[in-house]
Amino acid sequence: MDFLLTHLVAKYNFWLYIILMMIGLYAMIAKNNLIKKLVGMNIFQTAIILFYVSIGSKRGGTIPIVEHIAGGGEHAINPTRYVNPLPHVLMLTAIVVSVSTFGVALALAIKIYQRYKTLEEDELLTRIRES
Amino acid sequence: MKRLALLIVILSGGLLLYATKDFPSWGDPNSPASTHVSPRYLEKSLEETAVPNVVTAVLADYRGYDTMFETTVIFCAGVACFMLLRKFEPEERDLYYRHIPTGLTLHIKGEKQIPSTSKEFEKIDAIWTPYDFIINTVSRFLVPFIQLFALYVIAHGHHSPGGGFQGGVILGASIIVLAVAFNLRTAVRRFGEKIDGIMSALGVFIYAGVGAFCAILGAEFLNYRALAKILPVGKVMARSHGILAVEIGVGIAVMAVMICIYNNVASEGKFDEGL
Amino acid sequence: MIWQLDLAILTLVIVCAIAAISVKDLLGTAILFGAYSFMMCLLWSIMAAVDVAFTEASVGAGVSTVFFVAAVFRTTRRTKD
Repeated sequence: MDFLLTHLVAKYNFWLYIILMMIGLYAMIAKNNLIKKLVGMNIFQTAIILFYVSIGSKRGGTIPIVEHIAGGGEHAINPTRYVNPLPHVLMLTAIVVSVSTFGVALALAIKIYQRYKTLEEDELLTRIRES
Repeated sequence: MKRLALLIVILSGGLLLYATKDFPSWGDPNSPASTHVSPRYLEKSLEETAVPNVVTAVLADYRGYDTMFETTVIFCAGVACFMLLRKFEPEERDLYYRHIPTGLTLHIKGEKQIPSTSKEFEKIDAIWTPYDFIINTVSRFLVPFIQLFALYVIAHGHHSPGGGFQGGVILGASIIVLAVAFNLRTAVRRFGEKIDGIMSALGVFIYAGVGAFCAILGAEFLNYRALAKILPVGKVMARSHGILAVEIGVGIAVMAVMICIYNNVASEGKFDEGL
Repeated sequence: MIWQLDLAILTLVIVCAIAAISVKDLLGTAILFGAYSFMMCLLWSIMAAVDVAFTEASVGAGVSTVFFVAAVFRTTRRTKD
């Protein structure tokens, strides 16, 4: 119990990210509506992005914009004062790519709706079988 | 099905929760992710590229290839939306017009239509709600300021949070505001479909073109230091200017793709009646 | 970082996520998803990831909600679960 408590206090963020990811995965598998599945996919994606960004954070670190004097002299930069910028770079592009893939997925959903007049998975399967 | 899904989710979640035991604790400055390559970026990027915002420097310079192909992915998403939804043959359907002086609505069936140059009649959507005066005026005043802010975000990405992706999305949103507040035809009249297609390709072309230009000047692909040969600045500032050129390319591509996806999704590819 | 604020916003994020996938109206899902994205943006600005937060605020809470509403307008609001 003591072991669990120390871990829970130190890593509650990671636990909550995993719960968020589980919500997304559940929506992707179990929900019947295609748009709901897309929302689940986006929740999954943001949970993973959240995890990536959180491994770059440092206790007491500030934003990764280096302090400098305009046109001024050289001074040593202490990297432990700034948070890790590398996960930010990787995830920034991932967010923009995720919205464009979301757009393509919505276009596919609209195409499916035009043809079968439904977005529910079970109705969709029966209508595909009938035709 | 639901029970099976819950079982799978709980199993995979439990596995991940078990794995958190081995993680470094939250915000640990000595975790492996923070000790390997990022101190090098933080220490050297200002001196090597003259860009204080490390995220921009790493995004457009050190990891330039990555960003170039991310831009290509966004361009491909725009093309995919266009290919999936766009319809060019107009459907047989009824047209609705509004007589501006009296506010009467005309419903025309069949082939006939009123020329679009008519001053007295304006075409309206089948589901038409009267324009709201406050929303129209506010959005008309707001659009130039949104665009100015977007250009600031692109140009000032070296010194503050921002850059091509964010600025491009805000530029696209300024046109989408027009489409939402008025109608889709107004937005398409302001920013045509042909221009949109050309600009989405142009953005990727600018990015790849800057890279290829560096190669022509005798350095590696996307090594902006070579631009010092033609720009009247030193090698460090040349990298900073190369980053700006690339960000402009990204901004143009993202803006055009966002507008393309919105227009196609909101009008089912007919570019006529939208949200 | 202030851990009380972080915990409160994380709880709100999870509540928003559960509400977004369980509400029985797709337009409601769209708005809840926008709220979810905005909470996410706050979370990232707490973690000092300003660029990521800015991107999420403009992309996730802004444009993707508009896409979502447009798609719901073109298809249907009805959903069974």
